[in-house]
Amino acid sequence: MSALVIENGRVIDPAQKIDAKLTVVIDDEGNIADLTSKRVRLPNADVVDARGAIVCPGFIDLHVHLRDPGHEYKEDIDSGTKAAARGGFTLVCCMPNTEPVNDNAAVTDYIVKRAAAVGSVTVLPIGAISKGQKGEQLADIGEMAAAGAIAISDDGRWVQNSSLMRRAFEYAKGFRLPIITHAEDLSLRGRGVMNEGSVSSELGLEGMSPAAEEIAIARDIQLAELTGGHLHVAHVSTAKAVELIRHAKRKGIRVTTEVTPHHFTLTDEVVRGYDPNTKMNPPLRTEVDRRAMIAGLRDGTIDCIATDHAPHAIVDKEVGFDQAAFGIVGLETALSLGLKLVEERQLTLKELIALLTIKPANVFQLKGKGSLKKGTDADITIFDPKKAVTITAKDFLSKSRNTPFEGWKLKGCVTSTIVKGSIVYP
Amino acid sequence: MKLSLRHLLSVRDLTKRDVELILETSRSFKGISERDIKKVPTLRGRTVVNAFFEDSTRTRLSFEIAEKRLSADTVNFSISGSSMAKKGESFIDTIRNIEAMKPDIFVIRHSQAGAAAQAAKLIHGRVVNAGDGQHEHPTQALLDLFTIREQKGRLKGLKVGIVGDIAHSRVARSDIVLFQKMGMEVSVAGPATFMPFGIEDWNVKVFTDVRAMLPQLDVVMALRIQRERMGEQFFPNEREYARFFGINQAALHEAKESLVIMHPGPVNRGVELSTEVIDGPRSVILDQVTNGVAVRMAILYLLLGDTKEM
Repeated sequence: MSALVIENGRVIDPAQKIDAKLTVVIDDEGNIADLTSKRVRLPNADVVDARGAIVCPGFIDLHVHLRDPGHEYKEDIDSGTKAAARGGFTLVCCMPNTEPVNDNAAVTDYIVKRAAAVGSVTVLPIGAISKGQKGEQLADIGEMAAAGAIAISDDGRWVQNSSLMRRAFEYAKGFRLPIITHAEDLSLRGRGVMNEGSVSSELGLEGMSPAAEEIAIARDIQLAELTGGHLHVAHVSTAKAVELIRHAKRKGIRVTTEVTPHHFTLTDEVVRGYDPNTKMNPPLRTEVDRRAMIAGLRDGTIDCIATDHAPHAIVDKEVGFDQAAFGIVGLETALSLGLKLVEERQLTLKELIALLTIKPANVFQLKGKGSLKKGTDADITIFDPKKAVTITAKDFLSKSRNTPFEGWKLKGCVTSTIVKGSIVYP
Repeated sequence: MKLSLRHLLSVRDLTKRDVELILETSRSFKGISERDIKKVPTLRGRTVVNAFFEDSTRTRLSFEIAEKRLSADTVNFSISGSSMAKKGESFIDTIRNIEAMKPDIFVIRHSQAGAAAQAAKLIHGRVVNAGDGQHEHPTQALLDLFTIREQKGRLKGLKVGIVGDIAHSRVARSDIVLFQKMGMEVSVAGPATFMPFGIEDWNVKVFTDVRAMLPQLDVVMALRIQRERMGEQFFPNEREYARFFGINQAALHEAKESLVIMHPGPVNRGVELSTEVIDGPRSVILDQVTNGVAVRMAILYLLLGDTKEM
């Protein structure tokens, strides 16, 4: 590997409170060697001209579905990490709802090795809480941790059994693993397919009550307090849920959370028209909830942005709204949607970058990630925040096209993504 | 005279003028069904596909008879025995394939809300929503409206009550919107478990006691109770439902003499309506069925927008 010099860019690194025109120097081992205001000329170095662009730490996504192993027709580690790189993400954490479920070290090991072999970006696996995500018996938590799992979650299925969840908190604590909860009381959700509200009543679609999410979060907060474990609430989506988390944080309970770009951008009004690409779980909520997501990002209640990238093939979606799979792809649209908040003056550019870099790194205590500190891995994203883009699903590097943002005219385009000193995109 | 819309997917899309036009046209078509030779050449050479992805007796027969009385070529599709059921073909692919055979009108019934709207995006001809999940059943609402006007001679200012499972009923969703559009006052009654979320914003009076609602009404519509809702704990059992929310002679004690009783069918005798009420003088349940043919003839005819052969 040759050394790399990134010059003429505006370097923003919220972790080090840097916002200046600097040159980034990366050594031939892929580490950050220097940030300097001087011109740098190295004999054998490659040079990236970042004039007019922002140079920042690589984005980190704590919540993606790579569908590998088992559902490679939707996505695999190769295509999913290419999509991540195109979106500016240099590190993604992948959920365990694969086939087989990542509930044992063999699957964890497969993901780690496969990602090392074909992955464009760093992949950190999340193991299951329970065997088969069935909510009955603990998965091989310690062995998965030893194989590289950085958190555990039964994402997609809330652990209904409170006793099992308590034991999971207690046991995982010993391995320093956070527990990610997909907060949803399934008995209350019932057959719901969209947010329960005036729109669901009008459309004749079964509603998913916000209370199903709030009840689940309230219980999990109680268990985090009881056990002292670290609770990470995946994709928070209701105003009351944000309030529950805000309250818990004030009490000093170890709880963190994330929000998806679609939950801070869209509301259930877009479900009119019955486009299955507006169906996700948690569902799009109301304008009050959407505003609460932005308020939560601003006051720090919500720790970071995560995409919940959930690729599905046409055959999973073109079956009518009720039967369509939940979820949308998110890696390749996240930056532009975040920049929309900046344009609307809801967030500053620095805050947005922090929410995509150091803040998610801190949630899972990913050492040496999320900043441009000297000596750390040179994971860097370079993007042009002003460039006009039209979201076009057929250009996605993901295998799947399930986006509700098709045709949206936004701003912001990743020009280079660098992982450990190597340019992985374009 | 033409309708302002291309497809009939939701009663919300109809203007008041559209509704008046459908009612007027239905009245002239009703006569055809009373002739010896019940057929006119109006839709000769037109192909109508009745795509029933969900079982139906009344609606399907009604559409088919309406189409045949207009001399359309009708083709029926049903889910059982189709390659959708047997070979797993998707709904959208099935629609694309039927569309490739170039029918003029699609009549679609489906158990999923939004199915007709999704199909309409793929179709060059016209789409008539014959019931999509719990969303809407616009032709039923129009035949209900026609029946009310036939009975009462007017619509504006009438008080109509709907009793039963409002939340899961596509008939209620279409009726409420259409009746209000035509200046009627709508109230609903039933257990609170059967009220849709946010009904307080629907501009309807909500009763939990049917007997308190009945005396004010000009028209009452009882909805079918689906037995599977018991399993989902919406109500304890049919006996209790009949006692508190069913309509029998005793419940009608204080009702207006002129009260008209309707039901979209099929009726659970002895549950939402007692047998003596179903077969009694106030019931117009079979008139609704008769009128359904005329109203559907009018809709099919008007959607093709060709009035010269009238």
